[in-house]
Amino acid sequence: MSWITNFFTSSVGKKVIMSITGIFLCTFLAAHMSGNFLLLKNDGGQAFNEYAKFMSTFPLIRVLSIVTFIGLLFHAVDGIWLVLQNRKARPVKYHSFKGGANSSWTSRNMGLLGVIILFFLIVHLKSFWFEMKFGTIQYVEYGGVKYKDLYSIVVSAFSQWWYVLLYIICLIALSLHLMHGFQSAFQTLGLNHKKYTPIIKGVGLAFSILVPLGFAIQPIYVLLKSMNVF
Amino acid sequence: MKLTLKVWRQKNSKTRGRMETYPIDGIDEDMSFLEMIDVLNQNLIKEKKDPVAFDHDCREGICGMCSMFINGEPHGPEKGVTTCQLHMRSFKDGDTIVIEPWRAEAFPVIKDLVVDRSAFDTIIQAGGYISVNTGNAMEANAIPVDKSIANEAMNAAICIGCGACVAACKNSSAMLFLSAKVSHLNMLPQGEVEGKRRVLKMMKAHDEAGFGSCTNTGACSAECPKEISLSNIARLNRAYIAASLTSEESI
Amino acid sequence: MKLDSKVPKGDLGDKWTNYKSKVRLVAPNNKRRIEIIVVGSGLAGASAAATLGELGYKVKCFCFQDSPRRAHSIAAQGGINAAKNYQNDGDSAYRLFYDTIKGGDYRSREGNVHRLAEVSVQIIDQCVAQGVPFARDYGGLLANRSFGGVQVSRTFYARGQTGQQLLLGAYSALSRQIENGSVKMYNRHEMLDVVLIDGKARGIIARNLITGEIERHGAHAVVLGTGGYGNVFFLSTNAMGSNVTAAWKAHKKGALFANPCFTQIHPTCIPVSGGYQSKLTLMSESLRNDGRVWVPKRKEDCKKHPNEIPEEDRDYYLERIYPAFGNLVPRDVASRAAKYVTDEGRGVGKTGYAVYLDFSTAINRLGKDLIAERYGNLFDMYHRITDENPYEVPMRIFPAVHYTMGGLWVDYELSTNVPGLYAIGEANFSDHGANRLGASALMQGLADGYFVLPVTIGSYLADEIRTAATDTNHPAFKKAENEVKTRLEKLLNIKGDKSVDDFHIALGKIMWDKCGMAREGKGLKQALKEIQELRAEFWKNVFIPGDAHEFNPELEKAGRLADFLELGELMVNDALDRNESCGGHFREEYKSKEGEAVRDDENYRYVAAWGYSGDPSKPELHKEALDFEFVELKTRSYK
Ligand SMILES: Cc1cc2nc3c(=O)[nH]c(=O)nc-3n(C[C@H](O)[C@H](O)[C@H](O)COP(=O)(O)OP(=O)(O)OC[C@H]3O[C@@H](n4cnc5c(N)ncnc54)[C@H](O)[C@@H]3O)c2cc1C
Ligand code: SF4
Ligand code: FES
Repeated sequence: MSWITNFFTSSVGKKVIMSITGIFLCTFLAAHMSGNFLLLKNDGGQAFNEYAKFMSTFPLIRVLSIVTFIGLLFHAVDGIWLVLQNRKARPVKYHSFKGGANSSWTSRNMGLLGVIILFFLIVHLKSFWFEMKFGTIQYVEYGGVKYKDLYSIVVSAFSQWWYVLLYIICLIALSLHLMHGFQSAFQTLGLNHKKYTPIIKGVGLAFSILVPLGFAIQPIYVLLKSMNVF
Repeated sequence: MKLTLKVWRQKNSKTRGRMETYPIDGIDEDMSFLEMIDVLNQNLIKEKKDPVAFDHDCREGICGMCSMFINGEPHGPEKGVTTCQLHMRSFKDGDTIVIEPWRAEAFPVIKDLVVDRSAFDTIIQAGGYISVNTGNAMEANAIPVDKSIANEAMNAAICIGCGACVAACKNSSAMLFLSAKVSHLNMLPQGEVEGKRRVLKMMKAHDEAGFGSCTNTGACSAECPKEISLSNIARLNRAYIAASLTSEESI
Repeated sequence: MKLDSKVPKGDLGDKWTNYKSKVRLVAPNNKRRIEIIVVGSGLAGASAAATLGELGYKVKCFCFQDSPRRAHSIAAQGGINAAKNYQNDGDSAYRLFYDTIKGGDYRSREGNVHRLAEVSVQIIDQCVAQGVPFARDYGGLLANRSFGGVQVSRTFYARGQTGQQLLLGAYSALSRQIENGSVKMYNRHEMLDVVLIDGKARGIIARNLITGEIERHGAHAVVLGTGGYGNVFFLSTNAMGSNVTAAWKAHKKGALFANPCFTQIHPTCIPVSGGYQSKLTLMSESLRNDGRVWVPKRKEDCKKHPNEIPEEDRDYYLERIYPAFGNLVPRDVASRAAKYVTDEGRGVGKTGYAVYLDFSTAINRLGKDLIAERYGNLFDMYHRITDENPYEVPMRIFPAVHYTMGGLWVDYELSTNVPGLYAIGEANFSDHGANRLGASALMQGLADGYFVLPVTIGSYLADEIRTAATDTNHPAFKKAENEVKTRLEKLLNIKGDKSVDDFHIALGKIMWDKCGMAREGKGLKQALKEIQELRAEFWKNVFIPGDAHEFNPELEKAGRLADFLELGELMVNDALDRNESCGGHFREEYKSKEGEAVRDDENYRYVAAWGYSGDPSKPELHKEALDFEFVELKTRSYK
């Protein structure tokens, strides 16, 4: 089976891991973002809490979330490995290096952006996922069924301006990461075509703006609501 | 024109180098960049100092020998040219110009601005050919080749092996160079036959030489004097993935 | 010395076939033990090294660049000839043979040239199989263009980068042999001497250009594919590193140097623009397919903007003087015509040493797009260098030194007169006589390397199968190594005041003024004296920084120049000896009333093969008479 290790340790193979996990994580992002819009429903959190319970108990989703987690892990570890290996390929640096003349800043700083996103994810998972799973969480009852009240935790977190700010900064990093990552994933898989590449690039750009924007609307909405703006 | 040059000086691969500053005067805009360095070197020789070593041969943009990292970019600020094709009209009187060698683990410095690019030869030796012995060829017109394919193959085949792609890439990856050769040969019916073997072997040689992994920044293609397209890298990836999955030979 | 060309007897078309069927062979088990050194990795060297490797010989290949792929052949632009007759315009091996003999002004061997024409078709097959992306038509078949001096379309091309693509083809074949171990490649190595043992070539002395180390390499035979010596003129279209050193060392060890004065001046180069100029850039001859050459009819118009000079005030002098071939006359004719019009004071541009090459008629007829498709990269190159757009303003061009027909004397088997020492490609005096037709150098280089040498060398090696591997501790190696070292030290110890380039520029000027496009007895004699003086001064006053044990480009240049300073004198002597005008050798004293070259077949129908006497000023002339059995000697006419 050495061809498998050969493949995944080759310079293209490493990137294939990044690209497949990346595309998978994109679909996760899209789904996660859409589901979370339930936060905006004016029902005191019922829909959101029901959704949260469904997501944490439905077997297929459980499996998917484990896969997502593993995907994320691979994406992060492989990404860090890639950055370290690539640094080794240039032991002596240039005195003057004008990267801006030939490539975008995001494309050259995927590692940095990735680390910011990773940091965000840790904070994020700690605040919500960990609380929901292992924290001391309140329960609410809808129609006689008990639900963990994740909604309240989210609302209280998003009512702090600094938390929201941190969130938004990280979402900007995510947006930039996606701007390069989305189309790059296709290039890595060899999906490049005179006709379709411009479409992929267009979709990628839209995706990398809309998804983080969608995520950003939620805390901003909660924050503004907590400040009684509306 | 009067200029200030900051040039990397390094006696050989074993000693450490440093940047040296040289003022230079009397530069004509119609001079090529290398002719400007010639002037510097003639001045240094007159002062009985060691001239700046640099690689060059054809001085018309085809041999791929010249290789200077000028003001932060390989082959300087103009697009689609080699260092020898760069003219001093691209600079202004009073400019400071920083000149460095290509920097990459796989391209060690030999002296001053001269680096060892034999890693490129090693990659080609791993499969950048079609296995046909002399005298073994069939009549040339027996294999028609679609004009557009022949054109695309030519677009990739014009790579001059200068290494600017590696120099520009933040990862020192040689994927553009590698992909140009794989594309050129794999696209043609003559080369398709051993296509899988070729891509697997050449990729292995690329990685073993110490080049980094491509992260699709596009710097290579933007700095390539022959403007080799990134679509070649996609084609290479495709070929590599397919060959890894389907080839029964282990390489 | 009696020079035996060894051209086989028989009918023109049968010579090569008969030779091949009778030549002695070396069995595979013996090939494995036989070592061959190939110096040079250009079209000739790379194709020979690859093919010999495929045949099973143990090959060592040397080049001074950092990779075999960078040999000067890479710069060839226009194309390669082959008698495929794909265009159905009446081409044949005989016609290619005839055109080449005539184009060379009847100063080449019939047998060699016909062989070249015969194998030309195989070259195209071979290159296509290697993946050389030649231009094609929509049907997917190969396209052709026409070149100067012929009336058929037989030139195969890959945009304006034919030499590059052909060399990369040969380089890939070579790489394949390097990978499988049959060829060992020595990059950044310069051969500084051949070593003879008992009169046979048995190896070379080479300098590792990175470390400065002097190395001995032994073999059963040595092949030189080291290119031409156009850089003796300092300014030429050759790559900066092109040099005569390898051939010259062989000459000094006894190999004859043939027809050194036959140099080709190419009519379409970008004119010199300033004193700092380090080299000249060729604009491919293919441009003359669609470009029209002209100068103003009146001197007064020369400084005007070309687009302001009306049609009736332009002198399309090539079309006027040579109506049959027009702008496609051979190179020597076109160059000389440019010299005449500029000598008359009708040259254009800053210096007055340029003529126009105008594409406006072609652009009107064919459209800008088609012209761009044909010549786009050349136009871009011109634009970049001159900062002028040739789609709008006519190009300015002027002749420049481009190719050297002369070189080491070789017989039909490509062997020099030193047993075991072969010369191929531009390094030999070759098949082009006194003038080479466009697109024929690539053909000759590849013919020699792929198809001729690998066959003919067998006839020598068949006798060497019992010869053990060469012992590089033999006194001959020691002696040669010491000579090389002493010479390097001598150069370094001069510690004078002038740079190598100072001397090279001075030599170039003497050669160009007195032994260039037109030569005259008086000037040539003066040149002899000037070169001798310059050489003496060089050995007293050159300054070379650094030492011999490091990467030292100035030292490399100095060694090459020292050889040019001797070769230059031989070229002048050869030009003086040849009291006739033929091809690239034009003596002012020998021209017709209309200014055309006048050949003297009675007295000069020979190859001048010069031997080294020990004193570069006293060369010994040997003559190989040229017999023409199959063509009738005529005055070349392109009118
Ligand atoms: C600008 C230009 C355009 C041309 N266009 C055409 C064209 O369109 N068609 C055509 O037919 N011809 C053309 N020619 C001519 C043609 O390119 C050359 O004649 C031909 O390529 C010579 O090939 P070669 O193999 O003999 O030598 P080269 O390609 O010159 O190779 C010489 C080799 O020898 C090596 N070498 C030399 N000396 C030493 C030494 N001392 N030690 C070790 N190695 C050494 C070099 O490293 C190099 O590898 C053109 C020439 C020029 C200058
Ligand atoms: S791909 Fe471009 S930059 Fe890289 S070696 Fe080839 S020509 Fe140079
Ligand atoms: S010197 Fe040949 S490409 Fe610049």
